[in-house]
Amino acid sequence: MIKYFTNIFSGIVNLLKGMKVTGKVLISPAVTQPYPEKRDELKPKDRFRAELTMPHNASNEHKCTACGICAMNCPNQTIQVTKNKITDENGKPKIILDQYLYDIGSCIFCGLCTRVCPQGAIEFTTNFEHAVYTRSKLVKQLNQPGSKKMEVAKPAAAQQKVDAEPKQNNENNQ
Amino acid sequence: MLQLSDIITWIHEFLSANIPAEWAVKLIEYVLVGLGFLTLYALIALFLIIFERKICAYFQCRLGPNRVGPWGIFQVIADMVKILLKEIIPLKHNDKLLYYAAPFIVIMGSLLTFGGLQFAKGVHGVDFNIGVFYLLAVSSISIIGVMLAGWSSNNKYSLIGAMRSGAQVISFELSACLSMMAMVILCGSMNLSDMMESQGRLWFIFQAPIPAFIGMVIYLIAAHAETNRGPFDLPEAESELTAGYHVEYSGITFGFFYVGEYCNLFINAAIGALVFLGGWQPLHFPGCEGFNAVMDYIPSCVWFFGKTLLLIFLSLWVRWSFPRLRIDQLLHLEWKIMLPFSLFNILLMAVLVANGWVF
Repeated sequence: MIKYFTNIFSGIVNLLKGMKVTGKVLISPAVTQPYPEKRDELKPKDRFRAELTMPHNASNEHKCTACGICAMNCPNQTIQVTKNKITDENGKPKIILDQYLYDIGSCIFCGLCTRVCPQGAIEFTTNFEHAVYTRSKLVKQLNQPGSKKMEVAKPAAAQQKVDAEPKQNNENNQ
Repeated sequence: MLQLSDIITWIHEFLSANIPAEWAVKLIEYVLVGLGFLTLYALIALFLIIFERKICAYFQCRLGPNRVGPWGIFQVIADMVKILLKEIIPLKHNDKLLYYAAPFIVIMGSLLTFGGLQFAKGVHGVDFNIGVFYLLAVSSISIIGVMLAGWSSNNKYSLIGAMRSGAQVISFELSACLSMMAMVILCGSMNLSDMMESQGRLWFIFQAPIPAFIGMVIYLIAAHAETNRGPFDLPEAESELTAGYHVEYSGITFGFFYVGEYCNLFINAAIGALVFLGGWQPLHFPGCEGFNAVMDYIPSCVWFFGKTLLLIFLSLWVRWSFPRLRIDQLLHLEWKIMLPFSLFNILLMAVLVANGWVF
């Protein structure tokens, strides 16, 4: 008998707690951002994956070693990496990136490519306006013309650090 | 100050002065009253639809409709035009007469209730000595329409939805009526005008705070369940029954159910406001003459619609907060918790009134 009343009382208290939570949500501002009106002030979330890019530094250098792991991991064959074999000044054969093609029309934005990249050479940005009139325009070359691979410091410790850093970042992104 | 009743009296005097035959004046007035109620009915449904969509959006951190007109207020007009233009898809192998009659019965039930409400001082359709009884009786007619719709659609989902709706509405009707009866004991009359008059001094919720508050909570829960909304939307459980009893309806026949649902929301809130919160009576406290005089400056229809809107908002808050109940939990809530409490509430109120322990 006592349990009957305590059940009702605790039920009412719990319902009121629930209404308090939703009441707080009611007075908190909306997260929706009106698109064409507030186009200039849009604040997409950092984890929003909208377009694959390859960041270049000021001297037009990227980090891509043309290993092709991203293309292998892509579920849709969205990425095509073509590589060139050259001989560097020491006479050693070396593989460099020729073309990094990314077809946004077949990308499912899963993020596997950025997750597996050992160099952290590619990343997703929040630019989402991709509408074009022909499908051929959806295929983009990510490495800029005339760009080359960024020279990394030779010592092994530094090399490891460069390797480890992108992995950590990617794990945080998951 | 100009009251709505003054305008009505003015129209009556204008018609009487210009038309000699008394029956013609009455006929014109009946038509005007009917048109007025129908317009109000449609406007309230339209307003409530946009109100609910906006409030529900804010409960989910969204913006809601914002494209058609300022703040999207003309979205409902566009929706209304769309639903009027839609095809009414005829069914084979069903009971045609009952199928097409059901939406009208639902609409009729809520429209009849409109006649019994008091919208402002001296503004009401009918006023007679069993006003509360009439409201309760007529507002449950629409369940017949729901049952007919479910039965005549010749569809399992509709039938299950209608049966659930029937079980739910009939059981919750009990505690809604019993909690009203407590207030009838307090007032000593079922006449809504008498109830309004005795709340002019102090609202019922303040006259006998404890039983009136218990009664109001029970009434609001029961009324909420009767509208088949919120945590009690088993008859429409879209994940199980697609849309319940109106799954086979399309076009304006579906629109009737939709409008009827929103108007029932309004009606339940309005009855709650009339019986517990003083209806169109301003907030008065005996002894504070200055305060009472200030409150009198607010027109009575603003008081009525303000209180109704407050209760509707409460109903929406509940609807967008809680998950759906199971049918056995629902009936447990009614028969084992709310019914004993409302019976006890009547006893408590009777004891208080008999001993004069009310304000």
